[in-house]
Formats: sequence, C-alpha cells, structure tokens
Amino acid sequence: MRRYSMFAVAREALRYHAGWERAWRSPEPKKRYDVVVVGAGGHGLATAYYLGKVHGITNVAVIEKGWLGGGNTGRNTTIIRSNYLQDASAAIFEKALQLYEGLSQDLNYNVMFSPRGLLMLAQSEHEMRGYKRTVYANALQGVQTEWISRERVKELVPIINLDGPRYPVLGALYQERGGTARHDAVAWGYARGCSAMGMDIIQQCEVTGIRTVNGKVQGIDTTKGAIDCGKLAMVVAGHSGVLAEMAGFRLPLESVALQAWVSEPIKPVIDVVVMANLVHCYISQSDKGELVLGGGIDHCNNYTQRGSWYTLEETTRALVETYPVVSRLKMLRQWGGIVDITGDHSPIISKTPVEGIFVDCGWGTGGFKAIPGSGWAMAELVAKGHSPLAEGFGLNRFREGRFIDESVAAGVAH
Amino acid sequence: MLTFTCPYCGVAAEESELTGGGEAHLKRFGPGSSDAEFEAYLFTRKNPKGVHFERWRHAYGCGKWFLAARDTNTLEVFGSYPAQTTEPPADLIAAIKNKRPGWEGWK
Repeated sequence: MRRYSMFAVAREALRYHAGWERAWRSPEPKKRYDVVVVGAGGHGLATAYYLGKVHGITNVAVIEKGWLGGGNTGRNTTIIRSNYLQDASAAIFEKALQLYEGLSQDLNYNVMFSPRGLLMLAQSEHEMRGYKRTVYANALQGVQTEWISRERVKELVPIINLDGPRYPVLGALYQERGGTARHDAVAWGYARGCSAMGMDIIQQCEVTGIRTVNGKVQGIDTTKGAIDCGKLAMVVAGHSGVLAEMAGFRLPLESVALQAWVSEPIKPVIDVVVMANLVHCYISQSDKGELVLGGGIDHCNNYTQRGSWYTLEETTRALVETYPVVSRLKMLRQWGGIVDITGDHSPIISKTPVEGIFVDCGWGTGGFKAIPGSGWAMAELVAKGHSPLAEGFGLNRFREGRFIDESVAAGVAH
Repeated sequence: MLTFTCPYCGVAAEESELTGGGEAHLKRFGPGSSDAEFEAYLFTRKNPKGVHFERWRHAYGCGKWFLAARDTNTLEVFGSYPAQTTEPPADLIAAIKNKRPGWEGWK
C-alpha cells in the first residue's frame, strides 16, 4: 500500500496523477481462511481490520453480497456520539468515539471526522429528567457530556423554533465531542487497511449456505464457490436473521426499514448535529451544504431498503415544526436501510449455539457511531473468545433478563 | 403506503390509520415453562424475508386488533382476518401458496 501524504499529492501532481493505485484488491476467494467475515460494511471491515492489527490474524476474507459499504454504512445520517446511559453501552460507544478521533491517522485515510458538537433536545419534562440522569451517569463513566439551557440551544442552533407548536424546547443534552464522519470513507479506509494487511475483500459474493459438522462451523457456500473457514463472523445487520437461519439458529431480532433523506445544497445554516427524539427528527448539514435528515423506524418488518411514506411524512412534519426554514427546501434523495432491532435496543456481540460462529448485529438505529468500537470488540471476541467490551452484549442476556435497556434511555431510536 | 382491509369494519385502511403489533400466532408461555420457552416467546421472532403473519390494530378506526399476511420483501399484502384464531384461514394460505410456490408454509 502506498501511503497518502502531502508529498504523494505533490508527486502525482507532477505526473498527471497516473501513479495512484487502487485502494484495495479484488481477488478471487481462496479455498480456506482462518476467519471469514460476512458483510463488508463498516462493522465487518472494522472487525477484520482489528483482527489483523491488534491480534495478528491476517488470513481473513470479508465476503459481501453487494458492494462494499452499500448497506446501512452508506445509508445512515453519520451521527457520532457516546453519551449513552447504561455502563456497557457508554463503554463501547466511548471506545468507538475515541477510535474515531484518531481514525484518519490510524488508517492513513481521511474519514472526515467532524466533532462539531451534538445536541439531543429535551421537549418534555420526562425527557429533561432523563437527560439530566444521563449527564450524571456519564460523569461517573468518564464520558464528557453536559446539560445546556434552551437559550444556549438557540445560540448553537439559530434556525431552531424553540416554542414549537406542539413541544417547546426545554434544554438539551450536549456532547461537544460528538459529530459526524464521512460514512463511505470509513468503509473505504478500513477496506484499504484490510487489503494492505493481505486480507481478501470479495464483493458480489452472496452466502448461500453455512456448513456445520457436529455443531461446529466448517465453511460457507457462496455464489463464488465453497470457502472453508476456522471461524465465521456474521456482521450483516438487517439480514442477520437470514444468515442465522442458514446456520440453524434464530436471533432475537426484527428487521425494519429506517430512512434518511437530503435536501438541495444551501449555504451553511447549522453547524452542529441536532436530534429531537420526542417529535423524532435528526438534522445536520453536510460539507456540500445538503441538510441530512432522518427520523424513526417504520412500525413493521421490512426488507425493501425503502421505508414507508407514512414515516417520511411524520418526520418531515416534525422537521418543519422545529426548523421552519426546512419548509422552503426541495428534497434531493431519499433512501432506506434495513436495521436489526433487538428487544432492549442494544446490540448483540456474541458467540452463538454453533461453535466457531460469532455474531455482531442488533445495532438497530445507532450502528454507524459504533463502527470502530464494535469492530474492536468483535475482533477481540473472535480472536480470544472473550472481550470485556462485548461482555454485556451476549445472546444469553435475553434468557437471563440482563437487558441493557437503551430504548428507555434514548427515548426511541438512538 | 400499505393498505389493509380491516376484517371487522370492512374499511380499506391506510398504514397511517394502523399500528403494527409484530408477529402473529405466538404461543404464550408463562409460569412453569422453561427459560428457553419463555425467552423464545418474549424475544425470538421469525423475522422472515418473505411471507409474514402479523398483528395490526385499526388504531384510528374501530380500534380492534386483526391479523394479516404480508410479504416483507415486496410489501405485498395478501389479506387480513380476525384475531380470534390460532392459525391463518385455509383460503388465505392457499392464495399465498398460489402466488409463492416455493413458500415453506406458515409454521
């Protein structure tokens, strides 16, 4: 891998940019790998990357049925924050945020991490109390976050309508270190890092079956032939249930569409990220000037990557109430991703009933912000069979009633 | 927009009139059941990519719960039926089999 640097740009400028190489190789699959990761989204690629970088396991393939980063990694609103209520979540999301802070340097790839500050509006007494509780919990966990007044909210977000026809803004939970990153660059950067360590990233390769012998994984069948593996990491978000079915077990997940959309580009109007969980809308402005907008999940199972008009309408209503300028904007694009929701709205990073198969799923509506931390924990779990960060997120928590209940803590989506 | 016919009031109701209630025909487990059974009842769902039987409530209409069959991959609605039953009606199953020959059945 040739490193990107100012000197590389200068060198290429002098020779018609003919020397840039492809960021990652696209090889044919080998017969066998030590670890096969299914799913070349952010979480899958980060898992492979830290397997190589931290644990020295580089005989790894990352299998992807579509194109790299084409699932939820390329379909979210790129929000990054770590001020979660529960200890286990705060730990893994804080790890992720810390890794994001140094990710561009680590990967030698500009992921455009932008710690522009993130607000979660409190628009009811209940939310206000909830967020103040989060501030105290985060102080104990060593996660920086603060409660700010409605006047401070107006200073940070001049376009906001504080009085709102339905729910006035009472204040906000504010994390100054939160922000956004370029979602594609995160996937591409990790892919480049994996490829440089000799890992194979195989796109357009769908898993059609999982082979097990005596409750132990042997390999997978794909549209590009059979591949044997020592260990199998399933990191496929909304399609986790489909893969689990192939391996002969079920997961406590429901796959639902979550959508996002962007407006036409305009001059800078908002330089922070704002989430409003009660009326349910998210807003930030991309570097191109588009407002990046999102809302809640649909209320039924859905595998279509579209999302319903009903949710689109509800969220737009909330946006127009909260930020009246939005009513004048044309929308450019809308899309949906298939998110996997668990009973307690917390992820699953776990061993499974089949020996050698590991799952990293259930990130639901909040997966992008977790990518580096999730990959870190999953890699440790696959390599060593145990990870302190993943400890609370095992599959057995549903049977034992040890929930990490972020659905209560985060209002709805997170 | 999804449209279901409410089997009680006969109205063709749009999604915005309805509330989704998740998988239908779950078998309840309570006191005396094993941990695995109780866990499966509470959390483990079929979550199929394809034909799915669901509970819906005509929330902004008659307010009653009904059941419906829908394809989660195409969003096609096959039909709806009253909730006072433990399995889907035979004619609905036949209609789905007719449209989805490879479908493995509702169980």
